[in-house]
Amino acid sequence: MTAVVDYAALANPQRGNFPRTVVGLLLNYRQTLEALGDAVNHPPYKAPPKAPVLYIKPANTYARDGDAITVPDDISEVVIGACLAVEFARSATRVREEDALDYVAGYRVVADLYASHDVFYRPPVKHKCRDAFCPIGALQPAARVHNPDDLAIRVLVDDQERQTATTRDLVRSARRAIADITEFMTLSAGDLLLLGIPEGAPRARPGQHYRIEIDQVGSLSNKLVRSQA
Amino acid sequence: MKHARVIYEDKTQLATAADDGRLRLSDGRIVGEADVVWLPPIEPRTTFTLAINYADHAKELAFKAPEEPLGFFKAANTFIGHRGQTVRPADVTFMHYECELAVVIGATARNVREEDAYDYVAGYTVANDYAIRDYLENWYRPNLRVKSRDTCTPLGPWFVDRDDVPDPMNLELRTYVNGKLTQSGNTRDMVFGVPRLIAYFSSFMTLQPGDLILTGTPDGIVDTQPGDEVVTEIEGVGRLVNTIVAG
Repeated sequence: MTAVVDYAALANPQRGNFPRTVVGLLLNYRQTLEALGDAVNHPPYKAPPKAPVLYIKPANTYARDGDAITVPDDISEVVIGACLAVEFARSATRVREEDALDYVAGYRVVADLYASHDVFYRPPVKHKCRDAFCPIGALQPAARVHNPDDLAIRVLVDDQERQTATTRDLVRSARRAIADITEFMTLSAGDLLLLGIPEGAPRARPGQHYRIEIDQVGSLSNKLVRSQA
Repeated sequence: MKHARVIYEDKTQLATAADDGRLRLSDGRIVGEADVVWLPPIEPRTTFTLAINYADHAKELAFKAPEEPLGFFKAANTFIGHRGQTVRPADVTFMHYECELAVVIGATARNVREEDAYDYVAGYTVANDYAIRDYLENWYRPNLRVKSRDTCTPLGPWFVDRDDVPDPMNLELRTYVNGKLTQSGNTRDMVFGVPRLIAYFSSFMTLQPGDLILTGTPDGIVDTQPGDEVVTEIEGVGRLVNTIVAG
């Protein structure tokens, strides 16, 4: 018989150093929207997105820089989503765009790992929410980053450069994204907002390793390994 | 046993159910239901939510029942406690409640078999999973603006220990708006029952204590307006009171 925790542990959980919430923005690089083209007007979407399209990376996905990431057997390749993440310094509700960066503690490099999916109609639970599919890099304090909307991103797989991008191409800037999301969703100290995945994200297989570098923010490296099961 | 998390004398305290709907605080004092501020009984870790998990609700929404569980997530911002207030924005035309049995995971669960699933359950509570249909978009639907809004998921009042709910798959659910019964169903009509949901999610994710599964709602959803008192009630688990306020 499996023992369950007692009530006090559920009422006052210990979270360690991991965030309470990690929320990501889909379609936040203009090239991704351009690539979809007229498809946004056809089923299943029937209209372009109005509000920010968001997804949650749940707690089981959290991992750290340097961790070996186990790829489940039903996934042959993993897409390496190179995200600039905003970390909140304090509770942010209905924040105005011009005040948005006052709520930012700093920035992190986050790898949003997922199995490729071309249809964005339903939440991508099986694609994006496998254990350890959200490695989180170290915090760079906000004062060390001049402008989150002008940072170069580079992704290497097995030391070969596979993608370059820039946050100049964000559809919603860091400020705009914070304003639009906190209009309905309070983000708290330690919560992370992933500002999007640049179009053309590279893929990697078990046995390979990747490294994401974001100017002024830092880097994140992980090795992908095959499931032992 | 029934447990709660409340604020009393400006301090967060744990409590258990005493007689006549009162609470026994952890220091032994007995207080009335209206003398405390009710918090959600647990702080959920990951919250799984099921769309279209009752056959009658699928029909009501003109969907065919799904072939595998249609899950999505809510974030921590959305929860409030018993007797709380939920905001209805001024510009919306259709905001409805959803009475749902909420299952709290109590142990690390990976590749759990259906027949063992209840071993991993710590207990149960009641969720009211409000949705604002005006904000539905066909991108990662149901989108977070509909389902993970501040104040839009009342949870509680009680966390009820697993063994005090002998058959979670045979519980009456009812919703009352201003005292009038508007929604009525039974957990036995879930498309995917509690053991199946735990087996399903744990087949590709590791569940941990504090993870919460909101199991979907039966038919009978109606629009709610500022000033409405909405009571979502599940037999043997709790009666969760909420009031809609204008945003």
